Amino acid sequence: MSDITKQSLTELIENIKNKKLSSTEVTKAFIDRSEKSKKLNAYITEDFTSALNKAKKFDQKPNFDLKLSGIPMAVKDLFCTRDIKTTAGSKILNNFVPTYESTVTENIWNEGAILLGKLNCDEFAMGSSNETSFFGNVQNPIDKNLVPGGSSGGSASAVAGQLTPITIGTDTGGSIRQPASFTGTVGLKPTYGSCSRYGIVAFASSLDQAGPMAQNVKDCALLQEVISTYDPKDSTSIDFKRNQYSKELSNNIKGKKIGIPKEYRVDGMPKEIEDLWLKGIQFVKDCGAETIDISLPHTTYALPTYYIVAPAEASSNLARYDGVKYGFRAKGENLIDMYEKTRSEGFGTEVQRRIMIGTYVLSSGYYDAYYLKAQKVRKLIKNDFDEAYKKVDAILTPSTPSSAFRIGEKTNDPVSMYLNDIFTVPVNLAGLPGISIPAGHDSKGYPLGLQIIGKAFDEQNILNIAFAMEEKINFKNKITDWWIK
Amino acid sequence: MSIDLKTIKHISKLSRISVDEKRAEKLAGDLNSIFDFIEKLNELKTDKVEPLTSVAETTLKLRPDEVKSKNIREQIVKNSPQDNKDYFVVPKVIE
Repeated sequence: MSDITKQSLTELIENIKNKKLSSTEVTKAFIDRSEKSKKLNAYITEDFTSALNKAKKFDQKPNFDLKLSGIPMAVKDLFCTRDIKTTAGSKILNNFVPTYESTVTENIWNEGAILLGKLNCDEFAMGSSNETSFFGNVQNPIDKNLVPGGSSGGSASAVAGQLTPITIGTDTGGSIRQPASFTGTVGLKPTYGSCSRYGIVAFASSLDQAGPMAQNVKDCALLQEVISTYDPKDSTSIDFKRNQYSKELSNNIKGKKIGIPKEYRVDGMPKEIEDLWLKGIQFVKDCGAETIDISLPHTTYALPTYYIVAPAEASSNLARYDGVKYGFRAKGENLIDMYEKTRSEGFGTEVQRRIMIGTYVLSSGYYDAYYLKAQKVRKLIKNDFDEAYKKVDAILTPSTPSSAFRIGEKTNDPVSMYLNDIFTVPVNLAGLPGISIPAGHDSKGYPLGLQIIGKAFDEQNILNIAFAMEEKINFKNKITDWWIK
Repeated sequence: MSIDLKTIKHISKLSRISVDEKRAEKLAGDLNSIFDFIEKLNELKTDKVEPLTSVAETTLKLRPDEVKSKNIREQIVKNSPQDNKDYFVVPKVIE
């Protein structure tokens, strides 16, 4: 069967179950395409030989009762995988081979999926363009020398470029939704507490969430169903009744109330984004939903709050990388010298910058002025959403303030890079679920995304709205295979 | 507010990241532009606002204090940067 890699996850599962395709054929097809796609630099670690062996083993004794029977997939290199190098895109973890498995990936393998390899990302997930990775830039399959977004840039590039049928990323301030938007793919950031953080390299613990990335909403729903479980190993994992997201998926959103927040109309936003948003509003109306103008008055304070809270938590989380127990170690004259050189040589520029910001805002004399202040504003931001959800069922916004930009375009100005996450960061601060779906193209032909934000634990609702909109939008990603010669 | 080189040196010491003169100057510039951006929060009066420490409004669950992983010493020292079966080796601390 030709064009295996063009098939959706749902089609692949169907074809494997009906024995039209073997797991070996499917796995081989994705490996072949990945081999031809080195230019994208989507992988940090390939595990192709082992993947093929696992596929052959599956075919010899297939179990079709699982949700991802015989499906190969690559995952972001922020998830610890037993006996497979896990780097978090950093030199400091360049030689780290975990002896345990993250809960989210364990759930995936338990449902019959097969690991293809580990995907590139910004160092410790700190970045919006995948340019901070120690392992180099990732190319966006949409166009040459275009960033795929970040931090889950390798994941987004691999899904859009059909190197993997689905993948998982992590989202601390937009790291799933922004790259999904930049590559014309679907990305869901679940409610905080929905997916276990156990075994995920920590960045900012009160914000980090794992989530699915896929070619379409249904695939995304199915993967969410697999990865979202209550886990006693993560004290912030929440024990709530989870839906069978893919089975319960419905395009009936008649009578749903969708909020349109006026504060997301920011200065300097390109007209194309504004037009896309208006188009989105029309689409939900066409589906029988009602739109209501709402206000989220503290939106403009979300990014400054995030740039206190996230670095503060990061500076604490990253204190463990000291060259003693694992990871890279530099030579030093004494213990302190060894620590300082290890961290100076092992961390990249952006990570060092954020550790420094975090250390400063937590340091003696500044805690109240910065960290405590940020926690209070975070409360106001959450209150805005609580207030809005008294009137609406979900909120519709653009995913990003622009389409994908060129590699190198924003690397010298950290603040302009941070502004990429202006529409996604408030969702993390409030712990809510948000999904980005491709909704159109700009004048250059680059994809643009719309974001649907839900109430806490209301993933089913935003998946349904996304599903209904997807039908109306009928988006076609423009992938020319420019990197394959 | 302005972060000067002396402050950068202080933060670098607290962070255990050695920074040379040239990097310190670049960092001071970057941090100042980031903090200019952060200062926006001072527009808001927050005296009566409770800080948000966790978005998950649940109380932490208690669990029995049981040993779940046994005999995993080898796994623990496996990734040690300097080879040794039994210990983590660090530069000499006591003279």
